[in-house]
Amino acid sequence: MTSTSSLNPNSALSLGSEISVRGVSKSYGAEQFAKQVIRNCSFTLERGKLTVMIGPSGCGKSTLIRLLAGFERPTSGTITVDGKPMTGPGVDRLVVFQETALFPWMSTYDNIMYGPRARGEDTPKMREHAEMLLEKVGLSAFRKKYPSQLSGGMQRRAELARAMINEPSVMILDEPFRGLDAMTKRLMQEYYANLYSEFGRTTFFVTTDIDEAIYLADRILIMTNIPTEVRASIDVNLPRPRNVENITESDEANAIKMQALALLHEEAMKSFVRGSKAAADFVEAYSRRVNRE
Amino acid sequence: MNWSAAAATRVGGFLFDDDFWRGVLAILAFLIFWEVGSRSPAWLGFALPWISKIPPPVAVLQELYKLVQDPSFWQSTLLSTLRVFEGFFAAMLIGIPLGLAMAVSRTFYGITFPVFEVLRPIPPLAWVPASIIFWPTQELSIAFVTFLGAFFTIVINVVGGAQAIDVRYFQAARSMGSSTWDIFRRIILPATIPSMAVGATVGVGITWAVVVAAEMISGGGSGAGGGLGFFIWNSYVGGSYTQIVAGMISIGIAGYISSAVLRKVGTWATPWLNEG
Repeated sequence: MTSTSSLNPNSALSLGSEISVRGVSKSYGAEQFAKQVIRNCSFTLERGKLTVMIGPSGCGKSTLIRLLAGFERPTSGTITVDGKPMTGPGVDRLVVFQETALFPWMSTYDNIMYGPRARGEDTPKMREHAEMLLEKVGLSAFRKKYPSQLSGGMQRRAELARAMINEPSVMILDEPFRGLDAMTKRLMQEYYANLYSEFGRTTFFVTTDIDEAIYLADRILIMTNIPTEVRASIDVNLPRPRNVENITESDEANAIKMQALALLHEEAMKSFVRGSKAAADFVEAYSRRVNRE
Repeated sequence: MNWSAAAATRVGGFLFDDDFWRGVLAILAFLIFWEVGSRSPAWLGFALPWISKIPPPVAVLQELYKLVQDPSFWQSTLLSTLRVFEGFFAAMLIGIPLGLAMAVSRTFYGITFPVFEVLRPIPPLAWVPASIIFWPTQELSIAFVTFLGAFFTIVINVVGGAQAIDVRYFQAARSMGSSTWDIFRRIILPATIPSMAVGATVGVGITWAVVVAAEMISGGGSGAGGGLGFFIWNSYVGGSYTQIVAGMISIGIAGYISSAVLRKVGTWATPWLNEG
């Protein structure tokens, strides 16, 4: 853990690590009752790139995140960080959780300083860094407030700051803007895009929102229905900085969106059908009608 | 927030609070109903069931007025209060670490929980005879039974509170490099304070219920050394019904004050749960 890397944007370290997922499967439950959630999943999070994963709800995205963070181990397959097998959770891979996981009993400042203090690094330099981050996420005036006293958007920003102070070489974001109202969500996306271009480390961003995916991603991974694997990998080569208006007008962005939506629709239908005869009948009738037209 | 609620935040501002006046009105209505009920043979010409046998509030107030000037009444109140807080603090001191240990260690939980669950449903009062045999002095017997009253409630609340902590807090803490001790000190402990406060507030109420009964059964020493429970029993034996009711009301007030103080402490210890 070096605390100087952010001050030196040209060093290789400041681009973060490369994570390679090879043939990873994950099942829960005892052998004959095992439920497979992830099946033979392979992809790479490239150094310094923002990879967005998108898939139907309940497809095992959160499980994949727990594997990448090291909270759980895959049933088979390997995950390597810069070529070395991953062993457990670590400060090099930080997760920003769905909804907020800020500690409710700590002020914004104490939340941000949690990581440094946990490692015995409550140094003047770190405190300065915390100030800088508070400033950057626009929460300097809210340093003494508890999370419950912050708005939804502020909570997400505080959580981003709490992760960033640890200078992880990979940031993992699990639907970080879910549950925010449309306006706040859009502001947070713009804000996050700026933050990313400034910090520029390997990032894994999970969402169910295709517009968010295209706006942020260098590469989009489209996941299948459960048990999940990579259905398609689409590179998004739109120039940065991006803005929502340009993307709406861009043919390339629209082509990506159509392609992604078609795949997602197929997978979502499978997810919808799962476990329900009535839903299966409905989808069959629906697809027959669509095919006739 | 309306103007009256805003005014209520000032010192003495409760006089402007609707809820305060609703409370006053409810207590007044209750007292009038009681007074009329108690005096129903004289005032209404027939005796209302049950309530006509109870001394009227005016007589009870007169009795209370006499009692507060009597040092032996205060002696009894003090004695009961001391017993309550001995038992209560012992229960907190032993119950909180035990509850935390049960929540943290699966092995410890597996060993202690079955025993705990068998002992828990035994009413504290069922312990009185055994307690008198176990402990060398009567004072210790009463304190022990009082302790049991609060103990189980506190442990159950602490275990429940610690087990309900969101797993993402642990994941986040571990990711950021927290050691096990650090997680205990900075996650588990503060996250469990609200349940400790609930356990303490409920527990102290049970403690009052238990101490009075224990004093009645054990005799609680004699005379001024008997506590409020013994005071009530003594009044019953002496046939002074106004004293019985005055004693009951004293316990109600003491219990209310204890719970109110603990609620305040709880609020103070969990500033993140307060609106603001």
